[in-house]
Order: sequence, then C-alpha cells, then structure tokens
Amino acid sequence: MNKEQHPGLYIHIPFCGSKCPYCDFYSVASRAEIPAWLQAVQREVLLYRERFHDFDSLYLGGGTPAFLAERELAELLECLHKHFTFCPQSEMTIEANPDGLSRDKLKAVAALGVNRISLGVQSLDDRDLKYLGRTHSSKQALKSLDMVRSCGFADVGADLMYGLETQSIQGWRKTLDQILEFGPEHISCYQLTFERGTPLWKMKAAGRVRSIGEKLESAFFIWTSRYLDKHGYQHYEISNFARSPQFMCRHNRKYWSHIPYLGLGPSAHSFHAGSRWWNVKSIREYCRLLAEGKAPLEASEVLSEEQLDLETLDLGLRTSAGIDLHALGGRLIMDEALAELQKSGLVKVTNGRIQPTRRGFLVADSLPLMLCS
Amino acid sequence: MSIALERKIKLTMQQIRNFSIIAHIDHGKSTLADRLIQLAGLVTDRQFRDQILDNMDIERERGITIKSQTVLLPYTSRSGELFHLNLIDTPGHADFSYEVSRALASCEGVLLLVDASQGVQAQTIANLYAAMEHDLTIIPVINKIDLPSADIDRVKEQIEHDLGLESDHALLCSAKEGTGIEDVFEAIVNRIPAPSGNAEAPLAALIFDAHYDPFRGTVVSCRVFDGTLRPGDIIRLMFNGTTHKVEEVGVFRLNRESRAELSTGSVGYVIAGIKTVADIKIGDTITLDSNPVSSSLPGFKNIKPVVFSSLYPISSDDYPSLLDSLEKYKLNDAALVYQKDSSVALGQGFRCGFLGLLHLEIVQERLEREFDQSIIMTVPSVQYQFTLLDGTTLTVENPQYYPDPTVIKSSAEPFIRATIILPERYMGAVMKLCLERRGANPRITYPTPARVEITFDMPLAEVVFDFYDRLKTVTQGYGSFDYELIEYRESDLVKLDILVNAERVDALSLIVHRERAREWGVQVCDRLKEEIPRHNFKIAIQGAIGGKIISRSTISPFRKDVTAKCYGGDITRKRKLLEKQKKGKKRMKMVGSGMIPQSAFVSVLKARDE
Repeated sequence: MNKEQHPGLYIHIPFCGSKCPYCDFYSVASRAEIPAWLQAVQREVLLYRERFHDFDSLYLGGGTPAFLAERELAELLECLHKHFTFCPQSEMTIEANPDGLSRDKLKAVAALGVNRISLGVQSLDDRDLKYLGRTHSSKQALKSLDMVRSCGFADVGADLMYGLETQSIQGWRKTLDQILEFGPEHISCYQLTFERGTPLWKMKAAGRVRSIGEKLESAFFIWTSRYLDKHGYQHYEISNFARSPQFMCRHNRKYWSHIPYLGLGPSAHSFHAGSRWWNVKSIREYCRLLAEGKAPLEASEVLSEEQLDLETLDLGLRTSAGIDLHALGGRLIMDEALAELQKSGLVKVTNGRIQPTRRGFLVADSLPLMLCS
Repeated sequence: MSIALERKIKLTMQQIRNFSIIAHIDHGKSTLADRLIQLAGLVTDRQFRDQILDNMDIERERGITIKSQTVLLPYTSRSGELFHLNLIDTPGHADFSYEVSRALASCEGVLLLVDASQGVQAQTIANLYAAMEHDLTIIPVINKIDLPSADIDRVKEQIEHDLGLESDHALLCSAKEGTGIEDVFEAIVNRIPAPSGNAEAPLAALIFDAHYDPFRGTVVSCRVFDGTLRPGDIIRLMFNGTTHKVEEVGVFRLNRESRAELSTGSVGYVIAGIKTVADIKIGDTITLDSNPVSSSLPGFKNIKPVVFSSLYPISSDDYPSLLDSLEKYKLNDAALVYQKDSSVALGQGFRCGFLGLLHLEIVQERLEREFDQSIIMTVPSVQYQFTLLDGTTLTVENPQYYPDPTVIKSSAEPFIRATIILPERYMGAVMKLCLERRGANPRITYPTPARVEITFDMPLAEVVFDFYDRLKTVTQGYGSFDYELIEYRESDLVKLDILVNAERVDALSLIVHRERAREWGVQVCDRLKEEIPRHNFKIAIQGAIGGKIISRSTISPFRKDVTAKCYGGDITRKRKLLEKQKKGKKRMKMVGSGMIPQSAFVSVLKARDE
C-alpha cells in the first residue's frame, strides 16, 4: 500500500474555555460533560478497532483539545494506542490555544506520541484579538510559541486570522513578521468568514461589524501569499503554508485527496471506501447512543463515481498540486472552459495537472463549476 | 317561433343575409356579436358568457379575435318574415388581413362599428376600404352611446368626412346595455342585399376558414356562391385538384349542426375527411369533381409568412416534445410554417414563419400555454433580398444565411405603408418615432379638426419589433395604426453579430440597416450585461459588423468566492452545493466557457427604453 493511503484518525474534542464569536465548529464552553464524553469516545474506539489500522496521522481537534486536563488527555491517548495501530513516524497533532497551555501538559502529550502542535495564535495585535473575542494576549501568544519550541516540538504550526476590519495591511504584516521571526514549520492563514448562525454573523446582520469587502479581501489574500512565498513558505492549500513539503499537514491532506480517515467524537466525519458518515452533534446524544452500544451516526452517504469525481475536482483545485487532467479530463472537464480559465490566468496546466494560480485560489469555489460539463 | 320548428323550414335565398362586423380594436365588436346571439335566442341568459365567439383563452384575455367564427342567427323581422342571418366574425388585426378579405368576400354587407367616444380609427378605415373593395353594403353603427364621453355628433361628422358615408343612416346602439340592437337586426334584413347565385350552375364555394377537429379532421368554413353542397358529393379543391368525399355539411350555431345540404347563397361547414388544415388553402374554391366550374372564385392568394424567428426549447432535452407540439399546433394553423434550425448557442430548434408579429406572439403564447412548452425565441426578422455580383438573387430570412458581404451587389428589404391616426397634439412625437424608424415620404391629412392621419413608407423590419407598443406610449394610447405591404426597396443591410468573449452567439445575430446597427448593438450589449451573471473571469460583450466592433460592454469578474476552511465536515456540504449549481448550469446556455442564462436571450427581445 502506498504510504499516502494509510488512514488518518481524527478525534473531535468539543470543549473550549470560551466560545469564539466567529467559530462554527461544534463545542461547548464547559467541563461538565468531559467525563461522559471521554467514556463515550473510548466506546466509539471499540466500534472501529477491527476496521481501521495502521494510521499514519492523528489529529486532536476541536474545540480546544488542550483544554482537557493532562490526565484526561493521557487517558484518551492511551486508549488510542491500546486499540489502534500507528505507523512509525506518524504525524500526531494537537490543537492548542496560547492560554491554558503549560509545560507539563505539553510534555505529557509529547510522551504519548504527539509530535506536532497547531497553535491558535490568530493575531499578534491585541485589537484584533479583542475583536475576535480571544481570551489571550499577543504577549501570551509569543510566550506560548517559545514554550512549545523549548518543550522539544520540532513541528509547530501557527494559526492566524486576517481580513478583519480592525486590521490594516501594515498591522497584518507586523503579525506575520513576528511569526516569521519565530519560524514555525507551518502557518495557516484563515481569512475571516462570517459563518451563518455564529455570533459574529449576527453582529454583521445587525450592522455592528462588517466585512472588509471583496476588493480588500482579495488584496490581503494575494499579498499574504506573495509575502510568505518570499519568506520560503509554500502556499500548498487555500489557507495553508508549509516551510517545506515535509511539513505540509499530512492529516489534513487526506481530506483533500480522498484518503480514508476515521473521525471520532460528536460531529466528526469519516471517509472510507467511497462512503462518508458522520456523527450526531450533540454531546448528550453522542454519549447516549454509545451507552446503548450503538454507533452515534447522524447520517451516511455512499458516493457515486460522479460525486467522487466532482469532489476530486472541487478539493483538488483548492491545492497547489491541483488535479490530474488525465484522471478526470475525459469525463468531466470542458476544454473550452479550461482554455478560458488559463487565458484568464486562474489556472495553469503543468505536467498534465491543472493547478490554480494565486488568483485562481481566490475563486476556487467557482473553478469546478466552470470546468465541469 | 321555436328553434326546433324554424330548423325544419327550408328558406329561400331571399331569406338569407351574410354579414360581418368590422371595427377597430376595442370598439365593441365581440360585445355586439354577443348581443345579437342573445337576442336571436341561441343561448339562454344562463348559458351566456362574454365574447361568446372567442373560444380561445388567448382571444378572451386579449380581447381580440384570431380565428374566424361563423354563427347562424334566426331572426323574425318586424314584418313577420323569418331570416337566417350568417354572422361571420373576422379577426381584427392586420396580420390576418387575407383571412379577413376572404371572410368579407363571403358577405354581402358589413356593420362598420365605431366607438362613440373614440371615433374613427386607423383600423376602421382599413376595414372600410377592405369592405369597399368587395363592394359590400356598409352600415355604420355607432356603439357605446351610453358612455359619458360619447360624442355622437363628432363621430357622425367623422363618418361623413373620414369615411365618406352618409351619417344619417348610422345606427346608434350600446351593445353593452343592449340598446338599439333590434334596429341593427332590421337594418341587416332591410339594407343588406340577399345573396345572389345560380342554384343550377356547377358548385362554387369559397373557403374562408378552417379549423381542426381531433375526431373529424378539418372542418372547412365556406360560402356557397353557385350550386349546392350535399353529403356524399365528391368535391374537388381547385388549388391542387385533390378530391374528397363529403361526410357532413351543416351550419354553426355555437356548435356544429348538420344539415341535409348547403344551398346557394348560404354559409356553413363541410367535413370531407381532410386531414389537416394545411391540406386546404384559405380562399380556394370547392367544386364538384363530376361537374367542375371552369375557373376559381377570384381573389385567391397563396399567403406567405412575412416575419421569421427561431424557436428553441429551453432545455435541449425538450426538442422532441417541442417538435410534437408544433406538429399538433400546425393542424389548426396553416399560416405557421416551420423547418428545422440549429444554433451553436441554443442547440436544435425551428425556424418559423409568421403572418406578422401578433401571429408570432399568439403562436408563442399558445405553445407555452396549451402545449406547456418553455421556449426561447430569437429576434424576429423579415425576408431580405440580396443580389450578388454574379447576378443571382437570394432571399434570406435567417441571419445565419447572410451572404458574404464582398459578393453582395445590392440588398433590399420589404416596405410597408403605415397609416396612423392620432389626435393632433401627439403629432410631433409620432413624426419623431416614424423618422427614427426610417419612415419616409410622409403624407399628412386633417380629415376632421384636431385629428391627423399620417401615412409613412417604412421598412417592415422597423415595425415588427415593438413599434406598436412605442406608438401607444408616445400617444398615450390614442394613436391607431394599420399597415399594408407595398414593395421591396433597396437598402444598406449589414449583419450584426454579438460576441461573448470573442465568440459569436449565432442566436443573437441580426440583419439590420447599417444606420440602425450601432443603436441595436449598444442596446443588446447593455441588456446582456444586466443578465449575464458575473464570472470568475472578465466577460466582454461586443457587437460587430464583419470584423469591426461597433459596441461593447464588459462584465467585471468577481475577485473572490473561496471558502477559507474545508475539512472533514465541510466536504459533503460543499459538494451538495456544487451539485446544485451544476444542475443550474444545465439550464444556462454555454457560450465558450461563459454561462448565459435563458433570461438574457429573452431580455434582448424586450421593448427598447427610448
């Protein structure tokens, strides 16, 4: 089996110290349900231990996984190691926030195999952090980066947000410069989106906050891509940059290339052998179903060949690697549209692959629609 | 006398009257017909509905008559004599002037209806001339005398001056209120002559209409001039010599009623196993195969379409169903002609020929309404003539076949004579409109004070598109319009192409006069700009003559639409959205890589905002 085909394991840890107004991932700002959830997720592990093995990535996401106590994280990781097998040199990531992070916690997870940290820095400007409703300061963020490094983590990612109305290009550049000075292996730059139903979305609807507009968003995006490129970071997916190919997030890339993954925890999604299934969102419902010995599924789907192709097109055009023209070309892609998109400088064709340009990344949602027949 | 009894009595020619009602639109023709039918006792008050002769929804809604209808009205005169009055209801639009002329040829007289407040209008005059041509007795009837704005004296003056008729003989009525209707009946009996004809001569019957019955085939409406028509007769159609055995003859009294014969001078129907209405010709003569007449009745013309447009199904999957609908529709409308056509932009479709713009609208509306078709029509075109350098002449009604301009020696387009009657105060606006539409050679007369009659020679192409709407607008509804085709005149014609990102959209091409090309090009570019959604690349829309760009507009691309995050949970949701968009894309027409929504093609046809 190709190394790339090893499945990935995702654990959704739906707990946070506080809810950020822009976030639409499922989580609750309370510890109350952690014990029940921890018990349930271990039950869920048992449901899949026969079907999945030889994972080469683990991703503890959330929520705020590092919000769990050391002891809880240890219990979880021990359970995973006990029932699942992991390849040597697996990528094992934990998401963490600058606040609530301690040396002890970092050392504890490192001891259980976690070798990659994705740190929710978001910004190094306190005005931005306040706008985003974050509970940490820029000072704390810088301190936590140093702490992660000094605890021996050789693969550190910084998650940033930009395109805020509080932010100027100069301010954004200042954040990036400080991050570059630190020199993480991976940088995620998420442009602020007003996700439906979030507090931020409601504030926008009420006219209390606003988006910076298509023109500035585009300018920020292109500038960021160029700037990081100049500093040696490869823009390998819409929002993701890596210092070298080995630091591209192995786990996340599975989502974008139809490599199997198993997601455990409320609202987690799994994909295997052409089908996708996902769990119920509510923690309570999740725990109840598992207590009854049932899989906590909300729904599932079996993807047709056509749907798989469409997803390949959609997901592939979000990555710099693009899509293999010959794998899909004949069935799905319209030559005239491809020519037009090339002419417009939105995609380029290199070595038989259609690859989005920087400007192509910006309109990646409509590229598959334009290309498909 | 009861209808049952009356039916058994055979009437002599002296007791028959054949007449028609002619009027400008909205002057109350259908209402008067309704009143006559009611008073003749054909329907009880309970069965009655307005516009009883207008069967089609579209006729009732638009208040126009499209198909001729005939109805036999029994009437016992004040002197106690029984008459059979055949009312031939005619279409009221210039598009159907040939049908009208054949219907009038079947009559001895007409009621010329004039609205008491609006007075004489363009179609009043056009209809009067048509009736005079057939040497018919004309009875002026002033209708709507109940209206507060009725001005009977003024209308009488117009009848005297504009129409040259004796206004003393004009009848006054209100079809709506039912007043004066009996006077109308008496005038028909006393003033319109009985038909004349020779019962012993070979059969000569004029076909003035036909409609299709799914069970019986074509039901032919005719007027018997000489001889008698009976079931069992072998008839011959003079136009093509085909013979048919008569299955049934009869008269229309709202429904068909069979009779033993159609005698000399009478009007009725023939059913003779004729499959479709296209198998007969309006204006043709029916005779007996065993004893034919030596020559046809006069006035026969093989009518040809004057306005052309292509029809495409909105979804190309619907092509077979559109074909089927056209075939069925054609059963009842011989005037529509169509042949297969195809367009790069719109796929398989049909090039159709129509009698005029109203006819085109009717066909479109009925296909959509009665046959449930969703169609796109291209910009209407007239038939152009091109003389090439090698001396050959070409007739072109489809811009696709516009010849190579380097070999064109001369080109010509059909002209009409337009007659417009309007209150004097709108004259400036109407003159301006007509001059914009390349009207030439204006003649202005003042038939009565404050009213103007203008005639213009104009290219037909300028009126097939929204002229009537514009006229209505600039005269606030007071202007009336009629036209007749006169001749082909030399004209500087070019083909205007519309390019979307440098690719020609063939369905939007148009043959147009050089001077009008730019204006049209600008308008189409602007319309398309409004209708084509923004893409992720720039879209240039251009109007071009040959290689020369004469108008342009640009749709700027959107810069950003990307979703920032896409991980496990978002993939299904994102794909579902894409599947939905992809489905929507199927309803768009792809030109190169650009998506043009159906609405863009329709918008090009919308009236110009001037």
